[in-house]
Amino acid sequence: MPHLLELHDLEVRFALRTGDIIAIDGVDLTLDKGETLGLVGESGAGKSVTGFSIINLISKPGYISKGKIIFNGDEISSYSDEKMREIRGNKISMIFQDPMMTLNPVFTIGFQMIETLQAHRKISKADARNIALEKLKKVHIPSPEQRLEQYPHELSGGMRQRIIIAISLLTDPAIIIADEPTTALDVTIQAEIMDLLQELCESENMALILITHDLGVVSQVTERMAVMYAGKIIECGLTDQIVKHPVHPYTEGLIKSIPGTVITPGCDLVQIPGMMPTLTNIPPGCAFNPRCYLKEAICTTKTPELKDAGNGVWAACHMR
Amino acid sequence: MKSSLQKFKESYFLYSFRQDKVAMASFIAIIIFIILAITAPWTAPMDPYDANNIDIMNSEIPPSWNEGGEAAFPLGTDNMGRDMLSTMLYGLRTSIMIGIGAVSLQALIGIFMGLSAGYLGGKTDAILMRIADIQFSFPYLMLAILVGAIFQIVFGISRYEQLAIPLLILIIGFAEWPMYARTIRASVMREKNKEYVEAAKVIGLSKSVIMVRHVLPNSLTSLMVISTIQIANAVMSEAALSFLGLGMPVTMPSLGSLIRSGFDYIFSGSWWITIFPGILLILFVLAINLLGDWLRDVLNPKLYKG
Amino acid sequence: MVAFIIRRAIQAILVMLIISLIGFSIKSNIGDPVRDLVGERVTPAERAEIADQLGLNDPFPTQYIRFVKNVLHGDFGTSLIYRKPCLEVILKHAPATIELVLGAALIIILISLPLGVFSALKPKHLFSRFIMGFSTLGVSIPVFLTAIMFIYLFSVTLGWLPSYGRGETIDIFNNGYWNSGFLTIDGLRHLILPCISLASIMLPLYIRLIRSEMMEVLETEYIKYAWAKGLSPMRIWLVHAFKNTLLPVVTVFGLQIGIMFAFTILTETVFQWQGMGFMFLEAIQRADISLLIAYLVIVASVFVLVNTVVDIFYGFINPTVRISGTK
Repeated sequence: MPHLLELHDLEVRFALRTGDIIAIDGVDLTLDKGETLGLVGESGAGKSVTGFSIINLISKPGYISKGKIIFNGDEISSYSDEKMREIRGNKISMIFQDPMMTLNPVFTIGFQMIETLQAHRKISKADARNIALEKLKKVHIPSPEQRLEQYPHELSGGMRQRIIIAISLLTDPAIIIADEPTTALDVTIQAEIMDLLQELCESENMALILITHDLGVVSQVTERMAVMYAGKIIECGLTDQIVKHPVHPYTEGLIKSIPGTVITPGCDLVQIPGMMPTLTNIPPGCAFNPRCYLKEAICTTKTPELKDAGNGVWAACHMR
Repeated sequence: MKSSLQKFKESYFLYSFRQDKVAMASFIAIIIFIILAITAPWTAPMDPYDANNIDIMNSEIPPSWNEGGEAAFPLGTDNMGRDMLSTMLYGLRTSIMIGIGAVSLQALIGIFMGLSAGYLGGKTDAILMRIADIQFSFPYLMLAILVGAIFQIVFGISRYEQLAIPLLILIIGFAEWPMYARTIRASVMREKNKEYVEAAKVIGLSKSVIMVRHVLPNSLTSLMVISTIQIANAVMSEAALSFLGLGMPVTMPSLGSLIRSGFDYIFSGSWWITIFPGILLILFVLAINLLGDWLRDVLNPKLYKG
Repeated sequence: MVAFIIRRAIQAILVMLIISLIGFSIKSNIGDPVRDLVGERVTPAERAEIADQLGLNDPFPTQYIRFVKNVLHGDFGTSLIYRKPCLEVILKHAPATIELVLGAALIIILISLPLGVFSALKPKHLFSRFIMGFSTLGVSIPVFLTAIMFIYLFSVTLGWLPSYGRGETIDIFNNGYWNSGFLTIDGLRHLILPCISLASIMLPLYIRLIRSEMMEVLETEYIKYAWAKGLSPMRIWLVHAFKNTLLPVVTVFGLQIGIMFAFTILTETVFQWQGMGFMFLEAIQRADISLLIAYLVIVASVFVLVNTVVDIFYGFINPTVRISGTK
């Protein structure tokens, strides 16, 4: 069976005055119907850019310079803007990081929901309103009729993120891309929102790409995950396997640095020494080599490819 | 250690200046205007202040390339028979002098008020800024006209004309200090909680020393950007006041009063008395504005946004 | 909210009192009400008697309180030039100025909105660069010079449009106060040059303001989200971005209308436009202190009123804008 979404050797560049920098360097990913995929990495690793490139909405001056994105068998990376609009917010919806900033402050919730439906379907206002109400109920929003008349500033952050999730459900999309959907929220609300997302993906049979730096969330919610470092995927596969037996030293470091995993009271928090390189000066060879405790000569000269590490996990490391 | 000159030579500031032809051209133009203004008493063909040089028989001679023009008066003469070129050079000199004087006064008052407001805080801050707000909400030009009008009535026209330069500096200086005060205060507020200020406090520097030596230098980029815009505004205000008859007298003309004296003759076809000083004024203000735009883009200071 | 409104109102009254105090001190120091009333040809004894009758020898506070009382009753004294109550003189000149400002405001709105929006959407387009260059040139030309050049070009050289006065006007309310130039062809022809000149000073500023506000809005998350929802570009630009741009622009516009009134002094002088600015300059030239002070107090009250209203209005819409935050 063909995959629902495939990324082939995707490369994204940012055209700067001083020359191009490569933000995403040859990423391959697949996603099946109803599957949940976690995209993990530090900020600047390219995970958000990967998410936005799928719907071809990379902030300027970024652009897709190489590779293909195939959705439902169609190469959507070659679509015109106009054709792409039929995908965005329709077949593939996005959830943004900060619900306080995502909704337009000068329009009511109802306005912003109805216009989304009307952008993709020939539908009357009344019908659109009914669908909006139905979706608001699905995300467990109390007194939905009242919400439709309210402005974003009248609602709490958690409530707004629920509304954004409801907006993304409006058109029954095949994929939802959630970019750090809980980072801006209170800890208690974070769990609620993640539970809601997981529940909806199961009940609506939607695929989910969860972009986050939080390994804990990924391990709870997703079936498969991919770890990104300096614009490349360095490890991917079944989430359970990776969390239990990470292959790449970077993934290993990430998992160890989560408080509560392997830590006993009184011991130091584990951290990976050094910082991720900026995109303008990525070291030759394996980008992780300056921080790696397994580093050998080959790591500074040859870039490792992803290879099968068994148990459904692929990793890009010369040493493992 | 690099000398500061060398640092400047390698800076992004200079680099982008060299890249930007418009900025360079306007900078050069401003320098030329200033040199012309300073050297006017020596370079101008005649001294328009000296009544002995003026012959009323020479009045309203068109520019030399027009019919009836004379080579002695390349840009023609005005209604009093003065050489336009010389009168314009002297006018530019007066306009620039008043502009720079007024902006210095604005900056002085504004920086003092802004620093005291930001640094004393509390009631002083509230009161000073309220005053600034109130004055800011009145159009500065109207304020300048009102004050000018009152001065003119108090002093009488002839005395006012004698004192015109210092009075205009005073009027325009007072009309726009809030701009500086607000910008300085905003940057004081921004800098106040930064670590270097904390550090300076810890080593026991007095508040006023911290303000003047540490906070003020950090506001310099904003000050530079406003000052260019303000000089352009001040020159325009001076021209407006002079045009209304509240500025420089026709015997000691600035560009504005020249334009005014020419306006009466434009209907009879003597366009050059108005248009030439007008073009000079526009070119000068335009050069400053272009340089100011470029400065704002490059330095990108957080200006007070009204 | 109520507390805020009351505080702003008290502030406004305080400001008005200060302005009236300044106005009155000027008037009592440099004005000469006796001369205003009876002219120069009276003996010193008669002068003293009249001054006493007018209460000019009373202590300053008493005189000031009387001044405020009179002003509150609409009595600003008598104009020296017009030999009529100052309030009446100002009210008769106001419509001409208001029509001038209205015409200019209309021109500004009609031109700055499309140009500002266009140059924000396509900042690299040749036409946008042209707009920006033109607006830099525009702010560098003093308004009276624009006016003079228009007169030279369109009146003196081409002879297309009239260069002075208001032309044929119609008395709208039939009471001699509001003579409108908007209702006759001749009146409209006379309005064209003055309105364009007056608009020329603010137009570049508005184009830039709209452009920069719009560009700021276009960078926000909610606009990016609108794209992610698959909305059409026109809807995103003209509905989502435009409405957010408009709020700050309208606020500034409200405040800046005052500045336009200041510039009417220049425009009216050039075009011999019989409005408040023209009257004001006449009052200066002939040292008509009463009229001058009346103008000061009335114009200042209008400013304070407009500012207070805009402030309070902004206080109302503030939560929407601030909390959910574009800034």
